Amino acid sequence: MSALRQIAFYGKGGIGKSTTSQNTLAALAEMGKKILIVGCDPKADSTRLILHAKAQDTILSLAAEAGSVEDLELDDVMKVGYRDIRCVESGGPEPGVGCAGRGVITSINFLEEEGAYEGVDYVSYDVLGDVVCGGFAMPIRENKAQEIYIVMSGEMMAMYAANNISKGILKYANSGGVRLGGLVCNERQTDKELELAESLAHKLGTKLIYFVPRDNIVQHAELRRMTVLEYDPQSKQAEHYRELARRVDGNCGKGIIPTPITMDELEDLLMEHGVMAQVDESQVGKAAMA
Amino acid sequence: MSQSAEKVLDHFDLFRQPEYVEMFEDKKSNFEAPHPQEKITEVIEWTKTWDYREKNFAREALTVNPAKACQPLGAVFAAVGFEGTMPFVHGSQGCVAYYRSHFSRHFKEPSSCVSSSMTEDAAVFGGLNNMIDGLANTYSMYKPKMIAVSTTCMAEVIGDDLNAFIKTSKEKGSVPEEYDVPFAHTPAFVGSHITGYDNAMKGILAHFWDGKAGTVPALERKPNNKINFLGGFDGYTVGNLREVKRIFNMMGIEYTILGDNSDVWDTPADGEFRMYDGGTTLEDAANSIHAKATISMQEYCTEKTLPFIAEHGQEVVALNHPIGVEATDKFIMEVARLTGATIPDELSKERGRLVDAIADSNAHIHGKKFAIYGDPDMCLGLAAFLLELGGEPTHVLATNGNKEWAEKVQALFDASPFGKNCHVYAGKDLWHMRSLLFTEPVDFLIGNTYGKYLMRDTGTPLIRIGFPVFDRHHKHRYPVWGYQGTMNVLVWILDAIFEQIDRNTIVPAKTDYSFDIIR
Repeated sequence: MSALRQIAFYGKGGIGKSTTSQNTLAALAEMGKKILIVGCDPKADSTRLILHAKAQDTILSLAAEAGSVEDLELDDVMKVGYRDIRCVESGGPEPGVGCAGRGVITSINFLEEEGAYEGVDYVSYDVLGDVVCGGFAMPIRENKAQEIYIVMSGEMMAMYAANNISKGILKYANSGGVRLGGLVCNERQTDKELELAESLAHKLGTKLIYFVPRDNIVQHAELRRMTVLEYDPQSKQAEHYRELARRVDGNCGKGIIPTPITMDELEDLLMEHGVMAQVDESQVGKAAMA
Repeated sequence: MSQSAEKVLDHFDLFRQPEYVEMFEDKKSNFEAPHPQEKITEVIEWTKTWDYREKNFAREALTVNPAKACQPLGAVFAAVGFEGTMPFVHGSQGCVAYYRSHFSRHFKEPSSCVSSSMTEDAAVFGGLNNMIDGLANTYSMYKPKMIAVSTTCMAEVIGDDLNAFIKTSKEKGSVPEEYDVPFAHTPAFVGSHITGYDNAMKGILAHFWDGKAGTVPALERKPNNKINFLGGFDGYTVGNLREVKRIFNMMGIEYTILGDNSDVWDTPADGEFRMYDGGTTLEDAANSIHAKATISMQEYCTEKTLPFIAEHGQEVVALNHPIGVEATDKFIMEVARLTGATIPDELSKERGRLVDAIADSNAHIHGKKFAIYGDPDMCLGLAAFLLELGGEPTHVLATNGNKEWAEKVQALFDASPFGKNCHVYAGKDLWHMRSLLFTEPVDFLIGNTYGKYLMRDTGTPLIRIGFPVFDRHHKHRYPVWGYQGTMNVLVWILDAIFEQIDRNTIVPAKTDYSFDIIR
């Protein structure tokens, strides 16, 4: 077995992070890789398309039932889905209570101690939103994910989030081995999306790993709780994910330490591409009718 | 007023003076809205029944008086066993005040430890700046040879990453690049003080053996003839480690005590304050990788450390706090087997003396029932010793014991005719123990200082063995390991038995026909 490769997908909420990651990982499994997905989102939907069901038995819900995480066995929490992809969801609290970040720490410690990483080629962490607290940065600590892939689109806030995540990676990259693997643009059909994604990648010192075109087939597959790879392996979209998977696979060790930019630079970037019109400072904050 | 400068009354007497007695009475009747005495008595009596016991054992969402402490306490215990080492707890100040006072109350010694003093802003922004400033201050003010970092709940909940923080602190110049700062994540809400000991010990060894967090090449093991010794979290560490060293020296073997805190918690009063004293040298800690084997006296204190050592190629032996002839035999013979040393006559004589002492007093212990609580290994060690003496460890309870531990205790019971009516309780607390003592009474209770409340409630005489012992002085100076250590335990048990006999026979012209000079 080759050395264990650990990667993580980060990105703004609702960007299609879980969809992109599961399709990519399904394509990697097709290439013969043994894969473990660690869902680090309290919504526990990072493995839904692989398992054809939302994982109800998350590590934290079972731990809460049993009294403590020490009372759990690996078999209780690990499910096997499409092409023998192993799936675990850390789970976490309902919105508004508790601490989901701590849940990520607890879950990853549990998986390591129970030997969940033995016999797999890839461990992939799917992490919600921005890096908002230390717990969500757990996958980028030393000896965890080597490369981070940021799923984004041409929307301002998705790019803002990508930049924020780069800041998180930078914090850990100087003292550890984590690197930014690249951006994955999930097409939203915004203006000049490809150029924008490429220039943001450039500014961050990385590259756009792949531009995944928008295709309704993804939604059709999702309705059946499947990846496109499984739903329609012959489709063009499946081929896109295969190419993305090949690029991720070939990107081992090629990650970089990101160079995040300021908010002003980000706005400048949008203006450069004519997405945002140059505005006179005196106009800022004035309503359209004024 | 009864208090006067001429004759100062201490608190024993002061609050028994009439004006205080009257004041307490008034307070109770006017402000406390008490239940009538009959009702109170009725409820107290009910809590002694099987009915209450069943409800008590069905309890799910509440713990009352757990017989355990939290992880960082164990981490601090392990850290001070290394030469010139300052334990640094990343988190709130109050936590560290607790570790320091807890150890000071037990060992009657100052106990140095620092915190990174995290407050509200650190909880929001992360504790990196606290780490940077804290390490710099500790390094310059207390001049330690090493700073061993652990964490409290607060740092763990917000997910502070020690590895990254320490590296960044070094880059910012808090301490020199090559300075030793081992670390361990020790969330207090997971496990207990024995888990913290384990994590910290593993963290320190991993630091020295595996390349000091990537700053130097990992050490290559070149096996030698030495053995390593891990005592585990132990309230008798001062007496025990000195006794173990005496035995090892007698056997003429080469050894490294990993985490020797016997001097730092027993410094002489000679006018010089020693913030650090004794301890395993950092060089020895690093070189301990080359040892041929490691012995752990407490399996459940080294559940991660021992496999870590085994992965580096050493043979490892785990014991369960050996007390008694058989357990000590096993300990000594394992040492002899691992090192090839012969067992000196002097040690054989000590064994013979212990056997003789047991034979002299056995009649008094035979058939007596005991309840034991404490850390998992100590419970195993004491239960095995009592069975050896013909005593019955009727209730054995460890709040931080797990299922596997319970099976091990049960196997011990099953192997002895005296274990037939004995039961083990994993994960239970001292309020469960209270029910056990009322419904299935025993002759003696063995546990730490907190057992005195159970003694008061249930009338079961307490033999203080465990950690912490706050209300009796200097017990930590006595070993409980080795043949001589076992002798101490034997004497403590016998003292309690004879005192109880005296108490039962003390009434003149009624029971004093047995108030004998000779026992």
